[in-house]
Amino acid sequence: MEKPYPVPDAETAPFWDAVAAGRLDLQRCRSCRRHVFYPRSLCPHCGGLDLEWVTVSGRGTVYSFTVVHRAPAEFQAEAPYVVALVELEEGVRILTRLVDVEPAAVRVAMPVEVTLRGEPRLPYFRPRP
Amino acid sequence: MRVAIAGVAESDLGEVPGKTVLQMQGEAALAALADAGLQLRDVDGIATAGGEGIYAPGMLMAEYLGVQPRYTDSTNIGGASFVAHAGHATEAIRSGQCNVVLITYASRQRSQRTRALGSIGAASGPLQFERVWGLPAPVGAYALAANRHMHEYGTRPEHLAEVAVATRKWAGLNPRAFLRDPITIADVLASRWIAEPLHLLDCCLVTDGGGAVVIVSEERARDLAQPPIWILGHGEAHTHLGIASMPDLTTTPAALSGRRAFETAGLRPEEIDVVEVYDSFTITVLLTLEALGFCGPGESGAFVSGQRTAPGGEFPMNTNGGGLSYCHPGMYGIFTMIEAARQLRGECGPRQVEGARLALANGTGGVLSSAATLVLGRD
Ligand SMILES: [Zn+2]
Repeated sequence: MEKPYPVPDAETAPFWDAVAAGRLDLQRCRSCRRHVFYPRSLCPHCGGLDLEWVTVSGRGTVYSFTVVHRAPAEFQAEAPYVVALVELEEGVRILTRLVDVEPAAVRVAMPVEVTLRGEPRLPYFRPRP
Repeated sequence: MRVAIAGVAESDLGEVPGKTVLQMQGEAALAALADAGLQLRDVDGIATAGGEGIYAPGMLMAEYLGVQPRYTDSTNIGGASFVAHAGHATEAIRSGQCNVVLITYASRQRSQRTRALGSIGAASGPLQFERVWGLPAPVGAYALAANRHMHEYGTRPEHLAEVAVATRKWAGLNPRAFLRDPITIADVLASRWIAEPLHLLDCCLVTDGGGAVVIVSEERARDLAQPPIWILGHGEAHTHLGIASMPDLTTTPAALSGRRAFETAGLRPEEIDVVEVYDSFTITVLLTLEALGFCGPGESGAFVSGQRTAPGGEFPMNTNGGGLSYCHPGMYGIFTMIEAARQLRGECGPRQVEGARLALANGTGGVLSSAATLVLGRD
């Protein structure tokens, strides 16, 4: 069974194009200066329409995580694996998979950084020193 | 003008292989109307949600029943929908739009196995950023909330298990409950992981089932078959759709819907005699109790400890056995109203909460995304 893969559209293509090019890019609102994720055509913080794409640090901390045992069928071969909500330094939260770490070693608030890998390439995260 | 729940009924529950969801809703609708002492021709308002992906489920349901309503509500905010429908119906009746609103729901998730965790669908639109990671829906999102609550407040798996054990005790008193054999905290902790920190026994059932609720004006309520169960207060809210957009993983929108429901009722949480809250997962209950103000933020683990929510406990909750043990056909919210009304009528037999005068029903939808709350009372 094929795993779900991102289907870029007019709003999300710049994000996936950046990932394919080796960068983690987010939108930032030129009016209130806050970052926006997921990509969209207006700022949900202030209603501004003037958004720019910026390359971000890729650093953050684990806001929460779960070790998935009973996975969707197309992911079951990979279980157990760690899905996490990472809070980036820029203030947005992104759902991701944690790699290069034993599930039992993962903690909330653990420092992590982005690692772009896989086919299609996706923004995974791994522990950082 | 006051508005009341006048009739309630369940459809067949558990495994219902030989019926359609329209049939199940039709049977529940007729039973709820008969319970109220009303007939289909009295219905002038229709509310439903779900309908297994069909276009315009309200129009289909009304057509199937032979009803041509002047009030209609197909609001779909997941499992909280039907409690929200009751709130909307209350205001529609107050404003004179209609007099008798019929709320229905049914699904056959168990027979059809549509809730198998496999099919998470095409990763398009905003949810593409969540679906590519293999987070099982919806349990994975609730597991994220549970781990966050544990991190912030020291909540333990044993606290979650207290809810599953107490709810099963209530199910043992309900002949219609799907699972009735007692379980222990050790059983819950020893059941297999689904998504840590949630075990199998922290998760709701997957059953077939449905129900119907009849909401009427005070004038209609006066000469019906059952004592009216007054809708004293109601509220609703939603804060996100995908779990990554939830503002705070330990604060559900029941904080907003509950405040509104209590304010409109002019009542406080400590005045409620019996509580029916959507228990999709054990963590849902802990977060909902905090959001509704039955205890403070972070206090729910201690609040449910020592089987306080079990039969004979100080805080009777989910007295039908809940989504965890009685019935869970995908969008459970309607059953919170059905059980709350029955408790206030005093017709619950061995599981009756003695002297219950005030009840709360709370639905939760999506991934802690939506909430709708009713405060109910009898004369
Ligand atoms: Zn802005």
